[in-house]
Amino acid sequence: MTKNECSGIWVFAEQRGGRLDRTALELLGKAQELKKNTGEEVTAVLLGSGVEALADTLAHHGADRVILARSENLKAYSARPYQKVLTAMCEKYKPSIFVFGATAQGRDLAPRVMCSLGTGLTADAVDLGFDEEGAFVQTTPAFGGSLLAHIAIPELRPQMVTVRAHVFDIPPEDPDRRAEVILEDVSVEADGDYEVMEAVEKVPGGVSINSADVLVAGGRGIKSEADIAMLRELASLIGGELACSRPLVDEGWLAHELQIGQSGTTVKPKFILNVGISGSVQYMVGMQKAQTIATVNTYDRADMFAISHYGAVADYSKLLPAVIAEIKRRKQ
Amino acid sequence: MKILVFVKQVPDTTDVKLDPKTGNLNREGVESIMNPLDANAVEAALRLKEKHGGTVTAISMGPPQAEDVLKKALAMGCDESALLSDRVFGGADTLATGYVLAKAAEKIGDYDLLIFGRHASDGETAQTGPIVAAFLGIPQITLAETLDIEDGWAVATRSTEDGSEKVRAKLPALVTVCGEINEPRYATPINIMKALKKPRMVWNHGELDADPAKCGIPGSPSVTKRLFEPEHEHVDTVLFNGDEETMAKQFVDMLEAQHLI
Repeated sequence: MTKNECSGIWVFAEQRGGRLDRTALELLGKAQELKKNTGEEVTAVLLGSGVEALADTLAHHGADRVILARSENLKAYSARPYQKVLTAMCEKYKPSIFVFGATAQGRDLAPRVMCSLGTGLTADAVDLGFDEEGAFVQTTPAFGGSLLAHIAIPELRPQMVTVRAHVFDIPPEDPDRRAEVILEDVSVEADGDYEVMEAVEKVPGGVSINSADVLVAGGRGIKSEADIAMLRELASLIGGELACSRPLVDEGWLAHELQIGQSGTTVKPKFILNVGISGSVQYMVGMQKAQTIATVNTYDRADMFAISHYGAVADYSKLLPAVIAEIKRRKQ
Repeated sequence: MKILVFVKQVPDTTDVKLDPKTGNLNREGVESIMNPLDANAVEAALRLKEKHGGTVTAISMGPPQAEDVLKKALAMGCDESALLSDRVFGGADTLATGYVLAKAAEKIGDYDLLIFGRHASDGETAQTGPIVAAFLGIPQITLAETLDIEDGWAVATRSTEDGSEKVRAKLPALVTVCGEINEPRYATPINIMKALKKPRMVWNHGELDADPAKCGIPGSPSVTKRLFEPEHEHVDTVLFNGDEETMAKQFVDMLEAQHLI
């Protein structure tokens, strides 16, 4: 499809088990911002079965229109049936922009849809916008976040892009907002050649680092595995979660799930304390949107200080026990 | 069983810089290596071959010097290699790359399993695997952390936002693997010697029956408009001073002001 025949901003409303992924709402918020530039309508595209109620949630967060493609065979995600239906929807309604969350599902699905439409797809964008000439431009990290690239898809449509979670805020909910809902009862076969045999949900209890408001993160400067317990204690005293940069995962001291950064998780907490983290580009890309950043490092010229609101040039193994003792004293 | 494993040559660093004058990548002094996750893909392919029998063909698209990563794949134990090299392939985005890789798979034919690293360390798109699967019309398993073959199905575990799942895809299928899946082996001197005698094909667009309009720059819907180094917002840092006790007090004052205690 070419640019003259296409218009409209589409957001893939990812749902799993009847629950919307947060990227659906984050991207609706951003799509409304893009709309200010182009005036094009924002459409949420939802696939599934028995998920009609989600249309309201999408409307409340910025969808002007919801296209709900319904089929029992779309109830659970499967790449090929989803690919077929999304391709058909694009061919029918001809959107100009189509954004997906860079989730396990979005990354699995978007390239296949892009291939059947023969258009372009930018991966893992961290920003979306328009350049001086009005072209839609996606900002995406390359080389582990050492570099950023501006990518555009000048001629072909839709301009497809996956966007990292937590890059954009979920817009405030407006319960009075309404959307036009288009029901598409589609006929699509289940994929007999692909099957989820077993799904194990994450053990509940632990808050994942990308939804935590407060984080205490340790890095290469952490001297021993025993010191992790100290970070954990401090984290729990300030109502936060433990996180880390890559060296502690490479050491085998902490799980990959706790890793912030380009190859880990992007976080956007209200407060983050970085302990013994000098601030590689990859790490900073993953946390620089934190509201308040504090850093403890022995090296006064660590890059981390440049983006920190508060800093202590100190040996954490001496400072943090004093901080913990002071917190406990004040809590008494 | 016929396994195809796809490898990419990438710069050996994630800390690349731009030439301040030209704005291009400064490749001076930067060695080229096999994309690290592609080594996991090769290892996964070799383990399946050792368990179930068959052959492993390593495939790479790139300039003539990309032969180096194929030699490495052969030295690890792959049986043969195919270098897809042609001026018309240059400047390809993921769609045009996937097209050429899919053409190579079609030329080889009768494949059971295609294995990719989940992403390359340079572009990090994680798209090429699913695009090749889409071109070939076969099922895929992305982000595999384990992989085996059972009764004609590829069986893998993968992590998602909700936890982990065990999935299976009927062969022929395509799998992209994470670093957790295995520890890639080193090439032994004997295998490096043996690698020299293994078949190494080089194919251009004509030999692949690839349409030049779908290759390289003409076949790429995406364009990179600009590469730049990220700018960090500089903030005025409030530094705590004094001995540990004093700093700790200031620190906890700050935590209080942030309503954290």
